[in-house]
Amino acid sequence: MRVALLGFGSVGQGVAKILGEKDLDLTLTAVADSKGGIIDPGGISIPEAFSRKAKSGTCGRPKLSALDIVNSDAYDILVEVTPTHIDDGEPALTHIRKALALHRHVVTSNKGPIALAHRELTDLARRQGVALRYEATVCGAIPIIHTLQHGLLGNEVKALFGVMNGTCNYILTRMEDEGLTYDQALGEAQEMGYAEKDPTYDVKGLDTALKLVILANTVWGMDAGLKDVKVTGIDLITPQAIQLAMDQETAIRLIGEAIPSKDLLRVSPRIIPRNHPLLVEGTLNALTVVTDLAGELTFIGKGAGSVETASAVIGDLLFIRERYAGRP
Amino acid sequence: MKLEMKDTPGQLVSVLGPISKCGGNIIAVIHQRDPESESDTLDVQIVLDLPAGRLPALIGQIKALGVDILRIGEERLLHKRSLIMIGHIMHTDISDTVDQIDRTGFAEVSELSLMMPAINERSSARITIKTANRIDMESAVSILREVAGRKELLVVEPLEEWT
Ligand SMILES: NC(=O)c1ccc[n+]([C@@H]2O[C@H](COP(=O)([O-])OP(=O)(O)OC[C@H]3O[C@@H](n4cnc5c(N)ncnc54)[C@H](OP(=O)(O)O)[C@@H]3O)[C@@H](O)[C@H]2O)c1
Repeated sequence: MRVALLGFGSVGQGVAKILGEKDLDLTLTAVADSKGGIIDPGGISIPEAFSRKAKSGTCGRPKLSALDIVNSDAYDILVEVTPTHIDDGEPALTHIRKALALHRHVVTSNKGPIALAHRELTDLARRQGVALRYEATVCGAIPIIHTLQHGLLGNEVKALFGVMNGTCNYILTRMEDEGLTYDQALGEAQEMGYAEKDPTYDVKGLDTALKLVILANTVWGMDAGLKDVKVTGIDLITPQAIQLAMDQETAIRLIGEAIPSKDLLRVSPRIIPRNHPLLVEGTLNALTVVTDLAGELTFIGKGAGSVETASAVIGDLLFIRERYAGRP
Repeated sequence: MKLEMKDTPGQLVSVLGPISKCGGNIIAVIHQRDPESESDTLDVQIVLDLPAGRLPALIGQIKALGVDILRIGEERLLHKRSLIMIGHIMHTDISDTVDQIDRTGFAEVSELSLMMPAINERSSARITIKTANRIDMESAVSILREVAGRKELLVVEPLEEWT
């Protein structure tokens, strides 16, 4: 099948790299970043796209935009990996709506449109007879959406909770290990490239809240939004609070939690015992799913990173290829 | 709390009704030989969870059945939960914060550790609350949440085990 890639940053380059290296029976026919795009029905040369990006700042040509690619008939599956904007979900929301309307499958790592318009987009995809998959939006490399939609079929999911933001987990881990203040640990995370220059979205718990909304809407068919989540971030945590937790063989971590029977969607720093399965170090993510048949399941893995996140995107692409390739 | 009585046939079974009528929840039943007793009979000890204020009613009902209670255990508050507060804890009257829990009658603050890095900086405190049962604990924690909210203190709660 033919793939168009919108966004050629960390995730987009990871996807392109894997498509170039592995023989997956998928052809990259279009690619765009914010400054330009390119279409080649015969298949794009991936090394050339990388070298154009390095030399000129765009992987394509300035004349062609992402929207031109969406409206073209050069692709079967759109991979939308442009930046997340939580207020309006754009430009991804427009890209995804258009592609679905044109009967194209969509794979995205972009939390904005999925958190804001899950119901609209999944309904649209169903009506159009195409797939909308978004494994990479939650917990990077951990195949949690696939597990919830397919692996746990027949189970009732009673609750979900976990560590879903690597930036916060890194900051709290460093405060604990080195006795750093919040500001020192944040500065270090920024130097390491784990935190953005403006860290608000991560440290205030909004990123975790978006992921929680996506999970809740996926599992329970809720139509929840950010406004339905009670959110407290980690920016007020003191080294003394961490010490007080450590004195009792516990630690503080930012936990997202969804319990529909209690009508609860909450993101907050919490005290967890040292030997708890959710107590992961550094930028790792961990997620516990509580079900009626399978009991409790905990998944641990990398929540971000170029190739790790691309792994989730590639999984979605191959899922679509297996289900739909060769169909009219 | 603990109830101890002589284990004569039928006694254990007869107290189950009153316990459940009073909203009690049996945690363990322990048979033990009383070292001070001359006789060969065993004592039975019942460890149970009882909502606040129900103890007198329970004792009355058990006595009415003609069962002798040998001892009522000291351990009144079984449930313990530690939370961490962050903010201007001293300036917002810490003793009032503690008192809001203590005055409920069903919960008490059993430990408080306070760390103050410097004057005017936010301090941190670990507060341990004890109650007789889980329902009382939830009420006590929600009181603390409400008081802390009013005083602009951040409360970090433990992640409860899923049951
Ligand atoms: N990085 C991760 O580990 C990770 C993990 C999970 C989910 N995600 C999500 O995945 C998405 C991509 O993340 P990322 O880290 O790859 O971001 P990034 O490195 O900032 O890359 C974003 C890419 O999108 C391009 N872009 C921006 N506006 C565009 C537009 N209007 N049309 C076409 N392309 C546009 C940018 O172009 P330029 O190159 O010209 O700037 C850039 O190539 C985000 O939504 C993010 O939340 C990322």
